[in-house]
Order: sequence, then structure tokens, then C-alpha cells
Amino acid sequence: MTEAAVSEAPTSTPEGGDSAPARSLASDAWRTMRSNPLFWVSSVLIVIFTLMAIFPSLFTSTNPTEAILRDARVRPNADAWFGRDIQGYDIYARCIYGARASILVGLLTTVFTTLVGGIVGVFAGYVGGWTDTILSRLGDVFFAIPLLLGAVIVLVTLPATDNYFYIVLKVVLALVVLGWPSMARLMRSSVIQVKPNDYVQAARALGASPWRVVRSHIVPNALAPMIVVATINLGAYISAEATLSYLGIGLQPPTVSWGVDISAAVVGMRTTPHMLFFPSLFLSLTVLAFIMLGDVVRDALDPKNR
Amino acid sequence: MGTYIVRRILQMIPVILGATFLIFAMVFALPGDPVAGKCGERPCSAAYRAAFIEKYNLDDPLPIQYGKYVVNLAKGDLGTTASDTPVADQLKLRVPVTGKLALMAVAFEALVGILAGVLTGIRKGGFLDNLVLVSTLVLISIPIFVIGNVAQLYLGVKFGLFPVTVTSSNPTFYELLLPALVLGSLSVAYVARLMRTNLVENLRSDYVRTAISKGLTKRRAYGLHALRNSLIPVVTFIGFDFGALLGGAVVTEGIFNIPGVGGYIFRAIRVRDGASVVGSVTFLVIVYLVVNLLVDLLYGLLDPRISHD
Repeated sequence: MTEAAVSEAPTSTPEGGDSAPARSLASDAWRTMRSNPLFWVSSVLIVIFTLMAIFPSLFTSTNPTEAILRDARVRPNADAWFGRDIQGYDIYARCIYGARASILVGLLTTVFTTLVGGIVGVFAGYVGGWTDTILSRLGDVFFAIPLLLGAVIVLVTLPATDNYFYIVLKVVLALVVLGWPSMARLMRSSVIQVKPNDYVQAARALGASPWRVVRSHIVPNALAPMIVVATINLGAYISAEATLSYLGIGLQPPTVSWGVDISAAVVGMRTTPHMLFFPSLFLSLTVLAFIMLGDVVRDALDPKNR
Repeated sequence: MGTYIVRRILQMIPVILGATFLIFAMVFALPGDPVAGKCGERPCSAAYRAAFIEKYNLDDPLPIQYGKYVVNLAKGDLGTTASDTPVADQLKLRVPVTGKLALMAVAFEALVGILAGVLTGIRKGGFLDNLVLVSTLVLISIPIFVIGNVAQLYLGVKFGLFPVTVTSSNPTFYELLLPALVLGSLSVAYVARLMRTNLVENLRSDYVRTAISKGLTKRRAYGLHALRNSLIPVVTFIGFDFGALLGGAVVTEGIFNIPGVGGYIFRAIRVRDGASVVGSVTFLVIVYLVVNLLVDLLYGLLDPRISHD
């Protein structure tokens, strides 16, 4: 009972600390973000698309793989709001169900690139010397390979399968293998900027272990640029997944995904533009939401731009 | 300067070796029959199989295979494709095309991006600023294959302003114009935003205020001092982008039927033509590293404080 009260106290202070004279960077950033309408637009979009990814049945009761060939390629109408595609699938339902693959790939890729890149970056930046040289050159090796071609090679190398999550993980792996060095570079440079600060030197002089210095002084102060880039990258990775699917390498047809649908619709673009328009719209809105959120977070974390 | 360049070139060697080994291991260590599909709709003869394995040293363990490959590479031999033409000849046909396309795209993104960034950065918060910010956001969020196909349909097929596809192996400037605009469209948005952010930051800096208070015209203070200092991150991005565009033009090349490097590597990966893949990617990696070195040398021109002595 008392323990719960004690552990509760520190977490509630920064949240309710609006009237307090000194605000932490996080609460200050939160105040700035709250007053930005773009923050609310992008957050609402992200919440909607995330709900779509987790509970598609909230938005539609139509089965996205139910083919009504009689109505193939029909234009948007009262029965099928977005029309039907060449297989007679309901495009609205497919747009809803397609969110899962895109959001999953974007989210997992961002989490893994941030983790791998962040750890390598902190290590290289904090330890320096030979460790830094070796890790940086290793990053260069992966960084020098063009992202799209490298991802295609990884995807072709991995064995083919029909399992949904395995296919998604393959795409994630391909993007992580080639995407971590940019995160590592970013983290390394911000760690190098934070390291010579007085508070870090003071902590070391007081005998704090390297692990403690890194955890409670370096990482919290070097994290801001990484958060911004991670949010923007999430949008970029969703776009990359769609491109891979478009090339016929990423997700494959029985899987419902925006990239797969766009790829199939491009052929009939002149006669049935609605087949291309709606999945592209959903994809673009998702990417837009994450990039916009990244912009807002950057403006909030970096007071120089105000 | 000289020692700096030599040191940088020496540093490139492990990166090139690492990148080629990575690709080599992925392509040649593939499970499955190495000659599958190489002889059309029938199984390959034992003689062909033996010759193939002999030619690519497939019986050796991977490090030795790779060692033999690198020895050839050092002699300037990129290997031969599965259809027995030298990879170097294939690249000689395609690199000029992709190079031209990438150069045009980079010129477009540099000119338009820097111009838009400067115009919006000087009048921050104005109508033009908001217009550019919103339009670049929209541009970034639409995938390139949608932009490419829509541009081809409207500007090429419906309005007839541009050729729809490239029809020769040596395309003209006009034929490549629309593909280059499509290819550079994403980067133009990034360049404009990067330029704007940096300019806005530098316009508030002390040295610009000093320059203005010394009596310099705004034009000179902005153009000579702020602009030059804001260009460094932009030049870095453009340099990196040139390397990325060379290999990353797969989608654009596919849409506009351009016989370039990206499409060549993509097809080679799909038919598992290992030698073509490793040879071309090695070439791309070298180009990327050289361009990065040139960019680093350019810093010295933009900011005299950065010297490479």
C-alpha cells in the first residue's frame, strides 16, 4: 500500500506540473504540441489507422476476400462505397484490412532500427576509439548498399512462405538490416555532443558506473533527434513496404495490403482509376500522419525553431 | 589535402570488401540448385552443370569463393553474367543512361529545392512558406510508383506533353525529362525543407546580425553569409541522394521502360544471376563512396573553417 503510493508520486508530478515554475523538457514539449492543431490532426489519423489495423471489423462487416465477379471493376456505389476491384473484392473492405500489414511493417521496422541503431550508436559514441571506428565502418558497409536493391536481395534470399506474420517479418528484417546504420549515425553524433557536458563529467567524477552514466545522463539527453527521425521514418518504411509489394517482392496477393492492391490496380489505371485511388489515398494519409507527427515533435523538442 | 584523400580512399577499401562480401554471401550462399532455370524448360546437362560450378568455383567453401572473386575484382574483372557476357559490358551500356537520369534528377532537386527553400526561409510564416510546407508534405507521403504512373498517364498519355516511355537504348534529354522529374520529386521536397530549416536558423545567428549592422545589404548578408552556411547539410543530402538514385531508380526505370542499372540489377536478382548482382552492386557502392568523398571535399569550399590538411 505505502509502496504503491511512493512509486506513484514521482510519475504524477511532471504530468500535473503545469503550474510548477520549472518544467521538464518532456512536459514543456507536450505543452507546445498540445497547442499545435497539426498534432491533433496527425494523432487522430494515427489512432484511426491503428484501430483499423487491430480491429478491422469495427469499420466494416464485409469480408475483403469475398469475390463477387459479377460486379468486378464496378465504380463506387451505395453497395460498395469505394467500388470493386478486378476480382470483385470490395475495395473499402480491402482498404480497411490492408492497414494491418502496413502499420505492422512500419511499426516493427521502426522499433528494431531504433533499438539496434540506438544501441550501436550509444556504444560507438560513448566508448569511442577503436570500437567507434569498427562500428562506424560496419555501419558504412550496410549504408553503402542501396536500400531498395538490398531489401530485394534479402527478400529473395529468405525462403518463401504463405504465413502472414512470417512474410511481414521478412519485409521488416530486410528493411532493418539496411536501415539501422542511419539511426546509429544519428545516435552516435548526439551522444558525442552530450558526452563532454559538465553533468556527465560530474557523474563520472562521482564514481558512477558507465552503465549508470549512459542510462541516466547520456541516453535521456541524446534521445530527442532519434525520436523525431524514428517517427518520420515510420512513414517512410510504410512507403518502402508498399514499393516492395509493388515490385512483387514484399507481401504477396492472398495477403491484403495497400501495396499489393495498388500494384494490381496500376495496370487498369486508365479505365478504373478508383481501384488505384482509394488504396493510394489510405497509404498516403498514413504516411502523411506519421511525417506530420514527426514534424510537430521536432518543433516541440527543438525550441530553436519557434 | 593529398594525405586526406589518400586516407579516405584507404578507408574505403574495408567498406567495399564488407559490402561485396555481404551481397556475395547472400546471393551465392542461396539454398537450392544453382543452375535451376538456366537451361530453359529442361534440366541442365551434367556437362553444363560441371562447367557452371567450375566457372563460379561453387565447390569451394564460401570464403575461398569470395577470395577468388575479389582477386578478379582487383584486376578490374567484374565477372560474367549467366548468359556469358561480361558484367562490365552490361554496365557500360546501362550506367550512362542511369547516370544521365540521376544527374537530371539531382539537378532538378538542387535547383528547385534550394530555390523553394530560400524563398520560404526568408519569409517564414508567409503564404508561400505554408504552401511549400504543405505541398512538400503531400509529395513525401505519396509513394513514388503512384506519382510515376499518374504522371505518365496524365502528362504523357492524356496531354501528350512528354514521351510516354523511353524507346531507345540511348535516350534523349527530352525522353528522360519526365522520369527525372518523378525520380527527383521526393528529394525535392526534402531539399526544400532542409534548406528552409537551416536558413531560418542561420538568419537568426549572430554573424548575420553583425553583417547587417556593419551596413551590408540584406542581399549580401543573406546571399553570401547565411546561404553559404546553410548549404552544407543540403549538399550532404544531395550527394548522398545521387548515390541512392543511381541504384534506387528501379521503380521509375520500370514505369518508363528505361534500360538502366536499377532494372538490370532487379532482373538479375530475380533470375538469381549472382555475378551480375555482385558486380553491379560493387560498382554502385564504389560510386556512392566516391561521391561522398567529393561532398566532403566540397565542405572546404563552403566553409573555410573546415580544412582537410
